[in-house]
Amino acid sequence: MRKNLYAKAAGLLLLLSLFLLLGGCSSALMDPKGQIGEEQRTLILTAFGIMQIVVIPVIGMTLFFAWRYRRGNHNAAYTPDWAHNTWVEVVVWLIPCVIVLFLAGLTWYTSNSLDPHKPIAEDGEETMEIQAVSMDWKWLFIYPEQGIATVNELAFPADTPVRFKVSSASVMNSFFIPDLGSQIYAMAGMDNDVHLIADEEGTYPGRSTNYSGSGFSGMTFDAHVTSEDGFDEWVAEVKESSKSISFDDGYRELLKPSRNHPVEYFSEVSPTLYDDILNVYHSGEPVEVLPDETGYKHASSDHQEQDGDMAMNAEAAE
Amino acid sequence: MFGKLGLDSIPFYDPIIVSLMIMTALGGAVVLGGVTYYRKWGYLWSEWVTSVDHKKIGIMYFIVALVMLVRGIGEALMMRAQLAIASGGAEGFLPPEHYDQLFTTHGVIMIFFVAMPMVIGLMNLIVPLQIGARDVAYPFLNNLSFWLFVSGAMIVNLSLFIGEFGTTGWLAYAPLSGIEYSPGVGVDYWIWALQISGVGTTLTGINFFVTILKMRAPGMKMFRMPIFTWTSLCANVLIIASFPILTATIALLTLDRYLGMNFFTNDLGGNVMMYVNLIWAWGHPEVYILILPAFGVFSEVVATYARKRLFGYHTMVWATVAITILSFVVWLHHFFTMGAGANVNAFFGIMTMIIAIPTGVKVFNWLFTMYRGSIEMSVPMLWLIGFIIVFTIGGMTGVMLSVPAANFVLHNSLFVIAHFHNVIIGGVVFGMMAGMYYWFPKAFGFKLDEKWGKRSFWCWLIGFLMAFMPLYVLSFDGAVRRMSSYGPTEWQPMMIVAFIGACIILMGILSTLIMVAVSIKNRHSMKYADMSGDPWDGRTLEWATSSPAPFYNFAHLPKISGIDDFWRQKQEGREAIGTGPYQDIHMPRNTIAGPVISLFSLIFGFALVWHIWWLAIVGGIGMFVAFIARVANDDIDYYVPAAEVERIENEHKQRLEEYREWVKQHPEEASHLQVRMQG
Amino acid sequence: MASEAVSNHDDHAHPETHDHHDTGSIKVFGFWVYLMSDLVIFGTLFATFAVLLRGTAGGPDGSEIFDLPLILAGTFALLISSFTYGMAVLAMTAEKVDKVKKWLWITFVLGAAFIAMEIYEFQHLIHLGYGPDRSAFLSAFFTLVGTHGLHVTFGLVWILVVLYQLRTKGLNDMTRPRILCLSLFWHFLDIVWICVFSFVYLMGAL
Repeated sequence: MRKNLYAKAAGLLLLLSLFLLLGGCSSALMDPKGQIGEEQRTLILTAFGIMQIVVIPVIGMTLFFAWRYRRGNHNAAYTPDWAHNTWVEVVVWLIPCVIVLFLAGLTWYTSNSLDPHKPIAEDGEETMEIQAVSMDWKWLFIYPEQGIATVNELAFPADTPVRFKVSSASVMNSFFIPDLGSQIYAMAGMDNDVHLIADEEGTYPGRSTNYSGSGFSGMTFDAHVTSEDGFDEWVAEVKESSKSISFDDGYRELLKPSRNHPVEYFSEVSPTLYDDILNVYHSGEPVEVLPDETGYKHASSDHQEQDGDMAMNAEAAE
Repeated sequence: MFGKLGLDSIPFYDPIIVSLMIMTALGGAVVLGGVTYYRKWGYLWSEWVTSVDHKKIGIMYFIVALVMLVRGIGEALMMRAQLAIASGGAEGFLPPEHYDQLFTTHGVIMIFFVAMPMVIGLMNLIVPLQIGARDVAYPFLNNLSFWLFVSGAMIVNLSLFIGEFGTTGWLAYAPLSGIEYSPGVGVDYWIWALQISGVGTTLTGINFFVTILKMRAPGMKMFRMPIFTWTSLCANVLIIASFPILTATIALLTLDRYLGMNFFTNDLGGNVMMYVNLIWAWGHPEVYILILPAFGVFSEVVATYARKRLFGYHTMVWATVAITILSFVVWLHHFFTMGAGANVNAFFGIMTMIIAIPTGVKVFNWLFTMYRGSIEMSVPMLWLIGFIIVFTIGGMTGVMLSVPAANFVLHNSLFVIAHFHNVIIGGVVFGMMAGMYYWFPKAFGFKLDEKWGKRSFWCWLIGFLMAFMPLYVLSFDGAVRRMSSYGPTEWQPMMIVAFIGACIILMGILSTLIMVAVSIKNRHSMKYADMSGDPWDGRTLEWATSSPAPFYNFAHLPKISGIDDFWRQKQEGREAIGTGPYQDIHMPRNTIAGPVISLFSLIFGFALVWHIWWLAIVGGIGMFVAFIARVANDDIDYYVPAAEVERIENEHKQRLEEYREWVKQHPEEASHLQVRMQG
Repeated sequence: MASEAVSNHDDHAHPETHDHHDTGSIKVFGFWVYLMSDLVIFGTLFATFAVLLRGTAGGPDGSEIFDLPLILAGTFALLISSFTYGMAVLAMTAEKVDKVKKWLWITFVLGAAFIAMEIYEFQHLIHLGYGPDRSAFLSAFFTLVGTHGLHVTFGLVWILVVLYQLRTKGLNDMTRPRILCLSLFWHFLDIVWICVFSFVYLMGAL
């Protein structure tokens, strides 16, 4: 009866782990689409593999000792006062030390080689710059070289190193495209950056990973990695938009908290917009924060209104 | 008159909360009615509420923790249910605001009002007994600490029905928690709940630090202390050194919110990165405050049930001390992605890995204690084995997270969620469950039901694996924490598995409650009753006195001549505790000051949340006056006459005789007597 | 249960038993530990102040607002009060209750003078428009200095309580450890103030 139960539990766990393994293989981090992501995958797998040197023996020994030295087993030795053995103690200190020493070397090396601030471009190669500003609850992307801006949509050519300058016009967020690698925090008044590159065309989901309030779940965007031509076409499409944006015109409108914000294009953007957004926090003047009027609490006095609001958001999401 | 508080502050529009409100009111009415009907108010007041007995305080901590655990698991289930359905653009059944509140309260409750009181409760129950003391150094402060903690818990629970709790995540990162972005009362509830219970925790830290250093029985040198006492000592050092940082940080946030200061604002020179640094300078030591005592529990459990001395006692102590020190130099690993330089990140990453060394050594020491032992597979031992396996996996994922370059893709994802549940459930919760089963007889005088204990363990283990292993996988596909809905429909199956896992954990908790109920029902049966005071053939001093321990703990203070002295005394057939004529025993009196001060602190905190300034002044003055009244009271202790001690001790001796008779007739029932031969 | 049965048994003339720990010394030791945790709070505030030193947001920095002669006067008041408290403790060991009271009163007056100086400084700054909400630097300044001031104020209240208890109870096992704890507290605040004076005022004014 008891045996049966254990067998069932073991079978369940085996099934579960198979299921999990299958799920893991084709995922964004294990099948990345850019150099940074690939190096990070190798790093994760290396660290994981090295630690199996300890993890597997420990789990194995736990189960074996528990079975072997059970009270009912009269064939096993019993030494109630054995509590010290210099060699064993040296070994149990040494094994973790050696592993950590190796991992420390790896950490030191990869912290430098995969430093998000480090340019990917080699000599002569050109780096593209895109400025990303997190807002409540959407991403504003500014293309200073192309003179355009978008909301919640990114595009850039494959095999081109991109430098994302990342800041925030609200609370803390984090800019992340899982298929490509490293994320970095977006903080108001701070000019952060992350260098990424894609080596395969496609559309990759991106999002904020750092919780930033009630609209956080909808702070997603698509990153279109295109050919050179495809990128030019996309820029041309953005330029057809009738809207433009600068710090004094259009930006304040965008600052209003909104959920599941639809993609927006701006054919023209003031060249100083990113710096203006940064500098307003260093001006020595208080910065106005616009109230969030999207929440269900604010509409709670009237439930019809609340439902209508949600329906609208759902529409916007589609 | 009532500040921000009005009738509309009560969320009548939310059906979930209204039904909860009705259930709580009914439950409360039943409990209060029951107490009145059975005329137990006087008993509760004089034996529990005003008690300064560390054992009773420890039990009360544990009871509050279990109640809060039920709320915490309820929130977890709601979140998992939400994510199981809110896929592919669906909104789910919870609006984001409600979901955000759930993960905030879940984190706050599970850490501050479940894990902390369980750890502190066990310390209260066991540490003075293990060091052979009659009480803690400051019995009144101990009572006050407990009631301040209850006050904090009450504030969290009030937020459920009056107003709202924070929606900022359990650490209330600024500037989201600032007044501009969180204008409601939620963050204020968070502030005062943590501030009031935090003061209680700091006092506990000081109290137990002094108790362990100054109140040990004669002959108990530092390196003769049981490991649980050692880990408690280190945890209390961490409390003393880290909780003031939390107090200061929350105070600064309070000044930002109430007086318009600019510590953590985006503008006017504020620095949000400083908030994150400060909160984790407390936050990382905090996780070791929780896990070290759990390590201590397992060290006691493994030696007792393997019937063998703990392997590498000195190594164990030094590993604990090393972890204590190192825990202060790793906080930055919680935000590698903030953009610090490569070398800064690498430094903190490597320091984090170094902590894995002493932790790994501890695991090996437990293993070598099992090696060539005579292991009784009882419930605490199951928890230990489950712990080693689960915790090892959690440690491994922790080391993966500590590599900054890998952290850049794992940070803020479900990987982090899976990792810390891996170590907190696998480490702290398993440890506390093992400790509860192990020491329950010492607190109540009867053992817990083994069958339900094992069921509880298997539910927890399987439930944990099902609930959190899928999250590791999802994290590899970019699933992040704290999202209330998500686009990719291919995540949904895993989310459903996780939800089922959470349900199985709930069954584990219910099994625990049933275990307690069944045991209470059978407490007088000989199989359950612990008449000897030493049901597991223990090694440390707490087993040298009767179960439940008398309020003065030891009639004669024990004299210690080595590690596991009690065990050796039993082996050598010596009398465990000194004999001779009984003497009067000096004991502290009960106090009403603790509950009264805490009641005023509750009023004070609640009034400040709602900006009811006059009431806050009433609360503040009340606390002050009650404290002064306590200070002015000279009548705080008394002597238990020797005759009374003798009467209690004789009762115990009589029960011991009865038990020995019974064992002679039923040798098969006393499992610890069936020991293999030494070989 | 049993505790109730004997709770009316009151016997203060009881001889010290071997297991009766020296509660007085345990109290003082515990107070030491408390002071260490308080030190962590001050450490946090000092760190905050250092980080926010440049966060003046266009407002004044230290050199523009510190009135050193006034602060120096307050500093001397506090330093001397530490000395006078020392005299009170000496008088206590000599069992001279009247002298203890006298020195405590002098300490109280000096501490009150220090607080008066601080209140004047604060209200002056707020009057000039340099309140704690003007900039992060000023928030940190007011909070660090104000926290110390609150501690001193609390110390003053404590002195009054001790004076009252000396009148009603005289010197006994209850009041003695309290006077010693307060002494630790008072000297501790003095040391913290020396740090505040050097790091905040002197370095700020340079």
